[in-house]
Amino acid sequence: MRQEIRICGFGGQGVITAAVILGKAAAVYDGLIACQVQSYGPEARGGAARAEVIIADGPIGYPGVSTADILVAMSQEAFTRYGHEVKPDCVIIIDPDIVFSHDVPQTIYPVRATKIAEDLGNAVAANIVMLGALTALTGAVSQEAIMAATLASVPARFKELNRSALEAGIAAGMGQATQP
Amino acid sequence: MSTYRERIRQALGAKVQFVQGDDACAYGAILAGCTFFAGYPITPATEVAERMSEILPKLGGCYIQMEDEIASIGAIIGASWTGVKVMTATSGPGFSLMQENLGYGIITETPCVIINVQRSGPSTGQPTMGAYGDMMQARWGTHGDHEIILLCPSSVQEAMELTIVAFNMAEQYRTPVLLFIDGELGHMRERLVIPDDSEITLFDRVRAESMEGYKPFQVGESLVPAFAPFGSGYRTYVTGLTHNEQGLPRTSSPAIHDKLVRRLAAKINDHTDDIVRYEEFYADDCDVAIVAYGITARTCRDVVEEARGRGIKAGLLRLITIWPFPEALVARWAERVRAILVPEMNMGQIYHPIREAVEGRCAVRLLAKIGGELHTPTELLDALEELSCQPR
Repeated sequence: MRQEIRICGFGGQGVITAAVILGKAAAVYDGLIACQVQSYGPEARGGAARAEVIIADGPIGYPGVSTADILVAMSQEAFTRYGHEVKPDCVIIIDPDIVFSHDVPQTIYPVRATKIAEDLGNAVAANIVMLGALTALTGAVSQEAIMAATLASVPARFKELNRSALEAGIAAGMGQATQP
Repeated sequence: MSTYRERIRQALGAKVQFVQGDDACAYGAILAGCTFFAGYPITPATEVAERMSEILPKLGGCYIQMEDEIASIGAIIGASWTGVKVMTATSGPGFSLMQENLGYGIITETPCVIINVQRSGPSTGQPTMGAYGDMMQARWGTHGDHEIILLCPSSVQEAMELTIVAFNMAEQYRTPVLLFIDGELGHMRERLVIPDDSEITLFDRVRAESMEGYKPFQVGESLVPAFAPFGSGYRTYVTGLTHNEQGLPRTSSPAIHDKLVRRLAAKINDHTDDIVRYEEFYADDCDVAIVAYGITARTCRDVVEEARGRGIKAGLLRLITIWPFPEALVARWAERVRAILVPEMNMGQIYHPIREAVEGRCAVRLLAKIGGELHTPTELLDALEELSCQPR
C-alpha cells in the first residue's frame, strides 16, 4: 500500500501544516509509515505552496508524489498546476469558492473549507476543515488519529477552533461521500 | 534527582515523533552527549540550530549564535579542547567559510561534528532546494594533504543514528567528522523512534592518564594521541603549524612534517573497515548496478525492485560513508556487474572516485540532476533500462 497525497494552495493557508498533521496522524497515531515533504517560495504569504505526504505500510523510497491518489487544491493556480498529475481514481477535493475551473475526468469533491472555517470564527482553520474532509472521504488515516495529531499540533488557545474545524470537515466530507 | 540521560529523554520528548531530518541531526547530537553548539543560521540548516538552542539550555549545555560560520567552527574547536562534545551546522555558503578552520581541526586533532544541509550552489544558489554539490568540497575544500570522514544518511531515522556515529568517530579518531544531508532530507518529516540508551553505543576520546612525560601529540599503536583538556593541569600547546609530539611548531623539518601528516592520514586509513558503512541489495545476482547515496539512494531502492519486476537484474550499492572512499567495495561490484549507474544531485562528483575504483572493469554512467528536484523513479528506471539494453 502506498498512497500519494498532495495538498496545495498559496502560502499562509496552512497547506504545509495540514500535511504535517496528516503525516503525524499516520506515523505516530496510526502506526503507519509516512513521509512528508514540502516546497514553498521565499514569500511568507501569497506564494505557491505545496506539501506532499506519502503513507505506506512499508519503507518509503521516493519521498514525493508522482501521480496523486488524493489531491487537495486550495487555490486555482494550484489546481491548474497539479490537477492533471493525478491517478485516474484520484480523490480530488477543492474549495469551490476559490477553485472555479476544474475540468478533469475525476469526481471533484467540493468542500467550502474557507467559508466553514470563517463561520466557526477564523478562516485560518480552513486547512483543518480540509483535513477532516480528506479523512472522511478517503480513510487515509483514522478519525481518531487525525484528531489526536491536530490537537497535538496546535497552540492550546486554538484547540477548540481546530477541533470544531476538523469535525465540520469530517461532516462535510461524509456529506459529499453519501451524495449520488 | 534525575540523571543526565534521563534529562535528555525529557528534553527530547516522545519516543515516537514525526520530525524533520534537521531535527534528527540535533537529536542525534544530544543523544551522543553533545553539550556545546555554535552556529550561524542558514536555510536549510536553521532547524538544527533551533533544536539545539531549545534543548541544550535545558541540559545545562551551551548554545551560542556566532557572528558567522568562521567563528562558529572556531568556537566549537575551542570548546572541544575543554573536553566536551561539540557540533555546528550549516549549508554550502557557510561550509565554504569553514574550510580554513576545518583544516585546523584536522591538524590539531580536534573532535568535532559538522552538519552540512546542502543546497544548490555555487554561492548562495537556491537556499530552499536540496543538492549534493559539496561532496568534493568535503574531500578537498580545506588545503593540504589530509583525510576526512563524511557520512551521508538517506532517511530521518538514519540522520539521527549517523549523527551519533559521527560523534563516536570524531572522538575515536580525534578528527572533524562531516555529516551531509540536503535541503530536501533536512526539511522532510518522517517517523523518528528515539532509541533507548541500551541501543546506543557511545565512545569518548581517550584521556591522558598521567602528567609525567605527557606529550599532547605522542601516539602509541592506535595513532591517536591521548587527550588532556585545557584547564586540567596538563601542559598542552595547540597550533595549526606543523608540530612535534610536544605540540610545538617545527616548520622546517621535512621529517617531522612527513611523520605528522602521514600519521593523520593513517589513523583514518588504517581503520576503513570500521569507518566504511554501506548497504547492498542483490549484490550477488546483479547485472546492472546503481551506486547511490543520500536521499537519491532511497528512490533507487524502489527502482531496483521495479526493474527486477521487468526482468532487469538490477542491484544497489548504497554508500553511507563517502570519505574515506570505499574503493575496494566498488571494485568488487565492478567485477560482478556489466554497468554501474551513478545518479547524483550534482553535475558528477562521486562519479569520479567510482570510475577510479572501477578502473574500466565495467561501464559507468552518470545521471546528473541539478536544480533542486530529486531524481524521479521514472528517470532512474529509464536510465537503468537503457543501460541494461547495451551490448556487453
